[in-house]
Amino acid sequence: MPGRGKVPPPREVELTDTPLLEIEGVSRHFGGVAAVDGVSFRLRGTPIAGLIGPNGAGKTTLFNLIAGSLRPSAGRIRLAGRRIDGLPPHRVYAAGLGRTFQIPRPFHAMSVLENVMLAPTGQRGERFWCNWLGRGAIAREERAIRERALGWLAFLGLDRLADEPAAVLSGGQRTLLELARVLMGEPRLVLLDEPGAGVNPALLATIVERLAELNRRGIAFLVIEHNMDLVMSLCRPILVMAEGRLLLEGDAASVRGDRRVVEAYLGGAAA
Amino acid sequence: MPDLASYLVFFLVVALTYALLCLGLALQWGFTGLFNVGVAGFFAIGAYASAILTGPDYPGQFGGFGLPIPLGWLGGMAAAAVAALAVGALTLRLRQDYLAIATFGVAVVIQLLALNLESLTGGAFGLGFIPRPLFGRFGSSTAFNLFYLALMTSLVGLVWLALEALVRGPWGRVLRAIREDETAAEALGKPVFRHRLESFAIGSAVMGLAGGLYASFTGFIAPQDFQAILTFQVWAMLIVGGAGSFAGAVLGAVAVWALWTASGALIDQLLPAAFQVRGAALQIVLIGVVLAATLVLRPRGLIVERAALSARAADGR
Ligand SMILES: Nc1ncnc2c1ncn2[C@@H]1O[C@H](COP(=O)(O)OP(=O)(O)OP(=O)(O)O)[C@@H](O)[C@H]1O
Ligand SMILES: [Mg+2]
Repeated sequence: MPGRGKVPPPREVELTDTPLLEIEGVSRHFGGVAAVDGVSFRLRGTPIAGLIGPNGAGKTTLFNLIAGSLRPSAGRIRLAGRRIDGLPPHRVYAAGLGRTFQIPRPFHAMSVLENVMLAPTGQRGERFWCNWLGRGAIAREERAIRERALGWLAFLGLDRLADEPAAVLSGGQRTLLELARVLMGEPRLVLLDEPGAGVNPALLATIVERLAELNRRGIAFLVIEHNMDLVMSLCRPILVMAEGRLLLEGDAASVRGDRRVVEAYLGGAAA
Repeated sequence: MPDLASYLVFFLVVALTYALLCLGLALQWGFTGLFNVGVAGFFAIGAYASAILTGPDYPGQFGGFGLPIPLGWLGGMAAAAVAALAVGALTLRLRQDYLAIATFGVAVVIQLLALNLESLTGGAFGLGFIPRPLFGRFGSSTAFNLFYLALMTSLVGLVWLALEALVRGPWGRVLRAIREDETAAEALGKPVFRHRLESFAIGSAVMGLAGGLYASFTGFIAPQDFQAILTFQVWAMLIVGGAGSFAGAVLGAVAVWALWTASGALIDQLLPAAFQVRGAALQIVLIGVVLAATLVLRPRGLIVERAALSARAADGR
């Protein structure tokens, strides 16, 4: 069961000094607006990195660029040394990068369990002819996927809701469901867009604790979050964006003390 | 066999042909959200392909391969699927309406080809003497029709089971995800385009099979068998029966075809000969009314699928 089970073996890339994620001069324009403007940074090792900045700073756009939902107007993106800019989202996902959405998007009409079972890529049963010719093999595969899905649901405390339609979940539970789905793909790096938005404090504590546990098991995170307490306590390094640019990168103390950060937020509030 | 019974057999064979068309469309529209308005075109491709593959050698005519009839049906399926792959590859990455326009185009082009490509299709006269399976073995056409009804019933059952296995399995799970939220499905690594294309091609192959079976039932096909009205009928059947399930597709086909046939017979009886032609328009109006009534009173059709119900119950929490 993945919930309790073994830590995935460290991959080769960790032995070299190839950055996990490398963003090089990435830009994206919408008409005349540069939503993301020449952003460069690297994530090394297995961090829980934070990405903060005022509303409209370009954080979600940057996620869309990394995850392949948008094409950069310029720049390069590498995951563990491999170019992923220009790849469609499903290839980026297969390359080991999962993402959740700012507004969670579970499949409402499906059960919670089905939502998670859907996630693994390259399922044999996704080839249509196997649904006719390889039914025994598919039944076995489905059982294994089901086990794994129930394991992650238990890990995230959603197992009791497994057979409910996803539409009945609360906001925080939807975030957890998204996380469960993403984890089925055995990602190296997960992009979380505001996992704390609209989540009650008790559930938020659970989410934070589970993220830390997953991180200990070798999964890196890049987290967009407006809840500063959460970011300051959980994330390192912290990246600050404003008006499409990367303002600075540092740990909680240096970010908190930086004048530019305060100005960016105040400027954002005044505008 | 009494007249009425033998008529009923004939009626059911035709109804089941429509049922196959509806099953194909249910996969495309009901389960995938693909707006195919060229049903008649894919039906025609299957019919002509099968007729050419199995037909006798007419003088001055391409074809006459005289292949075994089941091979003709498979050929009809393959031809329709290839046409769907071509159309889908061009349009399924674009917005929804492009597929509608393109499939409509397919139906129009096929109609024109059928009329004008005389060396292949026999032009307006069509193709005759298409072999009917085991026809010689049966003493009367009634016995043959009864045999064909059994054949159609088993094939509709087989296709139904096959489609059911598809949509209930992991492949169908992806399809449901795509239908609900394409972006989220993509972020989870699902190749949306490929799944749509497969669904479109499989649905069209079923329509092609219907065409092949139709050709070897009547033994004669002509362009007027494949007009736009047929697409309208199949859509009406699917909407009335319920697009969200294959049971709905089959039920809708039989119910609407019964209505169509009965109203046709009634018009024959009641209207003086001079108005007969206008009577056909009345039939279309009647189906239109039934369609509108369904959309108002039972928008999900006669048979409402379970998944939609649970989603609705959840929305109303
Ligand atoms: N598809 C789009 N078309 C046009 N403009 C866009 C698009 N997506 C984002 N933008 C613009 O790009 C800028 C950055 O938006 P983005 O959503 O990335 O901000 P954000 O940092 O995630 O903000 P928030 O904290 O409010 O979620 C905004 O000015 C936004 O209006
Ligand atoms: Mg955002």
